[in-house]
Amino acid sequence: MKPAPFEYIAPTTVEEALGHLAEYGYDAKILAGGQSLIPMMNFRLAQPSVLVDLNKLAELSFIRSEKDGELRIGAMTRHFQVERDDLVAEHAPLIHEAMPKIATPQIRSRGTFGGSIAHADPAAELTTICVALDGRFRCQSARGERWVPAQDFFLGMFTSVLEPDEMLVEIAIPPMAPRTGWALEEAARRAHDFALVGVGAVVTLDAKDCCERARLVFFSVGDGPVEAVKATEMLIGKEVSPDLIRAAAEAVTDELDPSADIHASVQYRLHLARVLARRALEKAFARAAAPGTQAA
Amino acid sequence: MMAKLIGKRITRNEDPRLLTGQALFVDDVELPGMLHAAFLRSEYAHAKLKGIDLSAALERPGVVAAFTAEDMGDDWAPGPPLVIPPPTIEDVEFYTRTQVPLVKDKVRHAGEPLAIVIADSRYIAEDALDDIVVDLEPLDVVTNIERALEPDSPLVHDDLESNLAAHLVQEKGDYAAIRESADKVIKRRIVIERGIAGAMENRGIVASWDNKQQQLTVWDTTQSPIPIRNGLASMFGLSEHQVRVIAPFVGGGFGPKIMMFYPEEVLLTWSTLKMGKPIKWIEDRRENFYATTQERGQIHDVELALTNDGRILGMRDDFLHDTGAYDPYGLTIPLNTQCHALGPYDIPNFSSDLKVVFTNKTLTTPVRGAGRPQGVFVIERMLDIAAKELGIDRAEIRKRNYLPRDVFPYDNLIIDQAFSSFVIDSGDYLPAMEKALKLIDYEKFTQEEQPKLREEGRRVGIGVVSFIETTGVGPYEGARVTIESSGKVNTATGVGTQGQGHFTTFAQIVAEQLGVDVRDVHLVTGDTAQFHWGTGTFASRGAVVAANAVNAAASIVRGKVLKLASELLDTPEEELELEDGVVRVADIPTQFISLGDLAQRSNPLRGAVEPGTEPGLEATAYFGPKYGATAFGTHAMIVEVDPETMMVEIKRYIVVEDCGTVLNPLIVEGQLHGGVALGIGNSFYEKLVFDDNGQLLNASFADYLIPTAAEIPTIEIAHQVTPSPLNPLGSKGVGEAGAIPVPALFAQAVENALGVDGLEILESPLSPQRLFELFHGEEKDA
Repeated sequence: MKPAPFEYIAPTTVEEALGHLAEYGYDAKILAGGQSLIPMMNFRLAQPSVLVDLNKLAELSFIRSEKDGELRIGAMTRHFQVERDDLVAEHAPLIHEAMPKIATPQIRSRGTFGGSIAHADPAAELTTICVALDGRFRCQSARGERWVPAQDFFLGMFTSVLEPDEMLVEIAIPPMAPRTGWALEEAARRAHDFALVGVGAVVTLDAKDCCERARLVFFSVGDGPVEAVKATEMLIGKEVSPDLIRAAAEAVTDELDPSADIHASVQYRLHLARVLARRALEKAFARAAAPGTQAA
Repeated sequence: MMAKLIGKRITRNEDPRLLTGQALFVDDVELPGMLHAAFLRSEYAHAKLKGIDLSAALERPGVVAAFTAEDMGDDWAPGPPLVIPPPTIEDVEFYTRTQVPLVKDKVRHAGEPLAIVIADSRYIAEDALDDIVVDLEPLDVVTNIERALEPDSPLVHDDLESNLAAHLVQEKGDYAAIRESADKVIKRRIVIERGIAGAMENRGIVASWDNKQQQLTVWDTTQSPIPIRNGLASMFGLSEHQVRVIAPFVGGGFGPKIMMFYPEEVLLTWSTLKMGKPIKWIEDRRENFYATTQERGQIHDVELALTNDGRILGMRDDFLHDTGAYDPYGLTIPLNTQCHALGPYDIPNFSSDLKVVFTNKTLTTPVRGAGRPQGVFVIERMLDIAAKELGIDRAEIRKRNYLPRDVFPYDNLIIDQAFSSFVIDSGDYLPAMEKALKLIDYEKFTQEEQPKLREEGRRVGIGVVSFIETTGVGPYEGARVTIESSGKVNTATGVGTQGQGHFTTFAQIVAEQLGVDVRDVHLVTGDTAQFHWGTGTFASRGAVVAANAVNAAASIVRGKVLKLASELLDTPEEELELEDGVVRVADIPTQFISLGDLAQRSNPLRGAVEPGTEPGLEATAYFGPKYGATAFGTHAMIVEVDPETMMVEIKRYIVVEDCGTVLNPLIVEGQLHGGVALGIGNSFYEKLVFDDNGQLLNASFADYLIPTAAEIPTIEIAHQVTPSPLNPLGSKGVGEAGAIPVPALFAQAVENALGVDGLEILESPLSPQRLFELFHGEEKDA
């Protein structure tokens, strides 16, 4: 389990890094926290000829909020920094709640927020949460930069819209509307495992306690984050009741097409999706209705 | 002698070294000019080898050598069997087929080594593996043990008529007759899957031939350095004293490291002898999943015959045992299964037809538990079912069937893994059960709490299971104890150490005998240059066999100390006491002589050693028990199953363990913690999944699930002490105890939590997926 030979470059500025990506293109791989890439290289499943190590780019490690309350997280910010950050807890409680569920403390001490997203693993929490929270990603190349909405970013298993010469540098999470509730539910074999099925819910109530907006985004059930659009449409404009939540949760199955593996059959995954959707919606609506729910 | 140190919670002598990274492991060995090896392994589970072309690999810069089976010439031979097939059982069929150093004619399991590459670094060696061209013709594969016995099954060994590796029947009493007169006969089929040991440290070997000294040194992660030394010497025509095998600190043994000879042990030694350069090979985790032995894997057809009041009249247990591609370890595992299926119970009639089966999978040899968990699973599950069908409480049916305390030593009238009569030396089962029931509050939980929780829709269940563990088998171990002129004590023993705490427990025994500080006893284990008689660390025998050898040697040294001190202090031996590193005249604290001074006086620089005496305060002694000491206990647990997600949470875990004299409770409890954790893995997480082609679908820790600290509950431990009459310390082994009853207990508790009529758990391990199928049914969500 030793990697195939590769060339190693450790740029000290983003500009320099982008120069290398422009030069090597498909032959290069970006090394962030290395928690997925290094094992893949050791298994020789990934054999990049050039490794561009971003760990010296201090400029990509930050957490701050913009004037409008938008949260900005640098791509090289470590998971444990996000996990312990007050700003994140306040502005994006769903992210705050999800962080301890990502792998182990050891992995979180090294793994990066941006690395997890750019890796586009369909079993990852953060990809899904960014979609559920209407996040945006700043992608840079020597050619320039662009902002990509999270829901347009993921193309499939381990694939995103990032071009070979492009890298994710920053994540933006908009402020939550008043009377918004959230929840993340997952079923995993062991505490740190990738979930068999997971779901993030973000819901907003209007002044009459009716559902104004609802997002229900799944992970581990497809090639990337999968949103149950029709199921949540059943909730919009309605007064929320346990029966309504149950009906919406039951309906998610029609929009999911999970595959089987040695840990879970399709049937079991669909069953879990319904159970977890119901639990997530119940928790999210309860939070939205709770007095003092933040206006960010 | 008043026990001052034995039985004390003494922190471990070895921990400062281990915790600060100062302990030597095989991968720490660095020698000048050392080369690195990598093995090309078969991707097919069953294939004819038609050719290997090494030329491209040999051309790669940094590659020094590469060899195939053909290159070994006359040195190529299948390994000798590790455990000689049973001579003492009548009508036993046994077909010995042992592993080969490198595949010559055909591959019999995925991961079998085809070639070795030796290079300047492991990186280059692995690069060169990709350069090798292999011509393999895939053959039909058999992985399922039932399928393997069908007449048209592919044959793992072409020279045999079938895949039957062994067949034997053990009988006690007359089961067939008693079955006819029984009130109730329960019949079930039980399936137990295969898993790995998953030691933190994989295997590793450094082999170094020094041509000028004519000396071979092998650092090996083995559990049995002395047999490895003897075997290598005989294999390569060297004197045993030309071979030094060192098993340094090893990060977990759990059984597979007692297997010998692994192909890598032969190949590394053969290569260094040929090349005259030191060579290192460290097994990586992927290799470990294919190249290190595994265990469990049995199918049982069981019958239990009972009276209406729950008394067992007899049991029939016919089963298949998967040995994988080869069977060097004989019948150890399935014989353990048979013995432990009898458990702590009075089962007067027993019949067991055992078939050992070859398959195209990695071979099986003992993994912590070594066949015992399967036997315990079988009898305990059958008792649970009997209790349900007869309307008797689960704890009560066990109590009714225990062997009474006055029956020991008790001869079970079948043959055990040592091919001698399965005699239980001692036992007292009822109090252990009562203690466990009290600690978990069985009565209150089942009568009050459980019904209440059930009304709230919660599925919380309780389990309680008894077991025995045969431990401390022979033949023997030895130790040498020496008081040095510093007054410190050196102790050497041949067993290897893989985390058992030998540096502390053995030191406690020596310190107790000689009146020194436990920290002043220096222990050497697993170095054949220091001690070269013995077999190894396995079968929960260190604290029984080696510890009693240490005790015997220390006791002789004590005698020498007293004799010499008596002369020097002019005081009768009975009036002397050993304390604080000195021999003192009792009641006269000012009159003493230190052990260091005595050691010097015993090794005179002038004059002569008297005829009939020896220099030094040193003794070597051996201990071989007549037969094994049998430990036992009861475990209990409370679990909650989420009836929607089918995830399981262990809410309480109780261990009542009786391993005879407890040498050090901290260490015994550590063993139990580790054992229970492994057992939880066996119960709910760890299962090797092979496809029809014999490919392992979960050959990494991403998909082969080992429970972590987050999955292991707090383990509450209580001790009971029934000393073994078979050894002076009264100790019994505890190395495997923790793991043995857990799968049976987990199945019972989960079944109880689900509480569905007719839902029986007859397999291990479980998983959320499997519980979903059992609880929600296959069709509900179609």
